[in-house]
Amino acid sequence: MPQNSITEPKVSMRDIHFSRGNRVIFDGVNVDIYPGKITAIMGPSGTGKTTLLRLMTGLLKPDSGDIFVNGENIKDYSEAQLNHMRRGMGMLFQSGALFTDMSVFDNVAFALREHTDLPESMIHDVVLMKLEAVGLRGARDLMPRELSGGMNRRVALARSIALDPDIILYDEPFAGQDPITMGMLVKLIRLLNDTLGLTSVIVSHDISETSEIADYIYLLSDGKVVAQGTSEEMRASTSAHADQFMHGKADGPVPFHYAAPDYYQDLMRINEE
Amino acid sequence: MGFLGSLGRHILKFIQALGFSSVFLFQALLTKPRLKSFHLLLKQFYVVGVLSLPIIIFAGFFVGMVLGLQGYTVLVKYGAESALGQMIALTLVRELGPVLGGLLFAGRACSALTAEIALLKTTEQLDSLRLLGVDPLHRVIAPRLWAGFFCLPMLVLIFNAVAIYGGYWISVDWLGIDGGSFWSSMQSSVDFRQDIINGVIKSIVFAIAVTWIAVYQGYVASPTSEGIGYATTRTVVYSSLVILALDFILTAVMFTGLK
Ligand SMILES: Nc1ncnc2c1ncn2[C@@H]1O[C@H](COP(=O)(O)OP(=O)(O)OP(=O)(O)O)[C@@H](O)[C@H]1O
Ligand SMILES: [Mg+2]
Repeated sequence: MPQNSITEPKVSMRDIHFSRGNRVIFDGVNVDIYPGKITAIMGPSGTGKTTLLRLMTGLLKPDSGDIFVNGENIKDYSEAQLNHMRRGMGMLFQSGALFTDMSVFDNVAFALREHTDLPESMIHDVVLMKLEAVGLRGARDLMPRELSGGMNRRVALARSIALDPDIILYDEPFAGQDPITMGMLVKLIRLLNDTLGLTSVIVSHDISETSEIADYIYLLSDGKVVAQGTSEEMRASTSAHADQFMHGKADGPVPFHYAAPDYYQDLMRINEE
Repeated sequence: MGFLGSLGRHILKFIQALGFSSVFLFQALLTKPRLKSFHLLLKQFYVVGVLSLPIIIFAGFFVGMVLGLQGYTVLVKYGAESALGQMIALTLVRELGPVLGGLLFAGRACSALTAEIALLKTTEQLDSLRLLGVDPLHRVIAPRLWAGFFCLPMLVLIFNAVAIYGGYWISVDWLGIDGGSFWSSMQSSVDFRQDIINGVIKSIVFAIAVTWIAVYQGYVASPTSEGIGYATTRTVVYSSLVILALDFILTAVMFTGLK
């Protein structure tokens, strides 16, 4: 497809259909995540960006369509196979989702203790390295309830890179971060991606940060990919969707409002009874 | 037609839930135990068992005392107050111990299990485990199931022992029954196989049923704060009713035809 057509995509989603009850979330979505690149998934709130990440990791199953991870179709994977595959993936949840009964240190050490036989001294060093990378080495003894929202998500980031995964999925990494941390996170994501040769997927609303680091952008709306391309292509795009979203315009194909009756009539209760 | 239709739907839904929860139970239990996870089991023994001890001891003592008072007023009419020990022990070992112990356990431990698991689900901690390559059925569910299976029978034994002591205290120290005849009537009438073993079997059956209900309800709760509340209520209601229904069935099988 678009980018370097010689390399195989790391994750490839083909013609994905997915519904929640009667509500169609995806109606034929194709997304390719190429190795060594940072791919951004953007789109209005509630279009299913988080859902897309859950499908990629096998936490949800599509109604139809295929998902290939490292060339293998994960459709018929058992839970054990999925768990094995997920060790090569890190995911930063939108809510952080730290284990509330463990300290910051133990959260980050969790996967290492679970899946490796490293001696505790080695685990100690690895955990401190990961915490240092997100600037929270000093917070190692705190419990998750003692962290601010932004710190919580940075610890979650440290936890998701503990096993050195080769794919990392970030669900809104910049939300709730101050400008300094934001700049640091942008650098960190880029650094992880380039020095360790990771493959990254970022879900975000922050157009400036995202277009600064993303190699490729998918714009989702109404269950479909409505625009895709590099950030220059997207900014220059004449597609109405891309234009509206990249420049933050209220008017365009994506309505700001959830479907509702006429505002004036609603206020005046004209259509009631 | 409408009634039959909705009845049919409910029955189908029930059978489906039974199927799902059975698969869930076996997937959680059929894993090879790992030394690394032993501390998780210990922690659950503490949470489920040790933390339920105060309420079990408190309730047991009062139930035993009430049995002593009530039994005395009936037996004394027939001049049979020396059989008080027998009456208290048989009532407790066969019925009240497992049933009351089970109901208290449902209210104290099972509700907490459901709420905790549902909260882990709501805060995406179960999904975090999956993402880190760990199956929550093995890590979260299995230790809680085993702890429930073992703790309730133990708690019932403790409940019985405390209640018998409470009954003894009322009968002998309060009502002035002879302590020797209290114990000897108990010893001569309580049969180890018929009564004690059957009582323990009851408590094991209850333990499996209510713990299973509790962890399953937590696991399938809808991930919202409202969902946690509903799931917890359902656990207490279902497990209480299941205890009473199972108790009837087990009593019919075990104790009918006994002298
Ligand atoms: N557990 C659920 N049950 C039913 N519907 C759900 C559930 N989770 C999400 N949805 C619906 O699926 C849609 C997509 O949700 P999703 O969380 O993927 O959106 P999103 O793009 O990540 O939004 P945001 O940018 O606000 O995080 C939403 O409209 C939501 O109403
Ligand atoms: Mg989201």
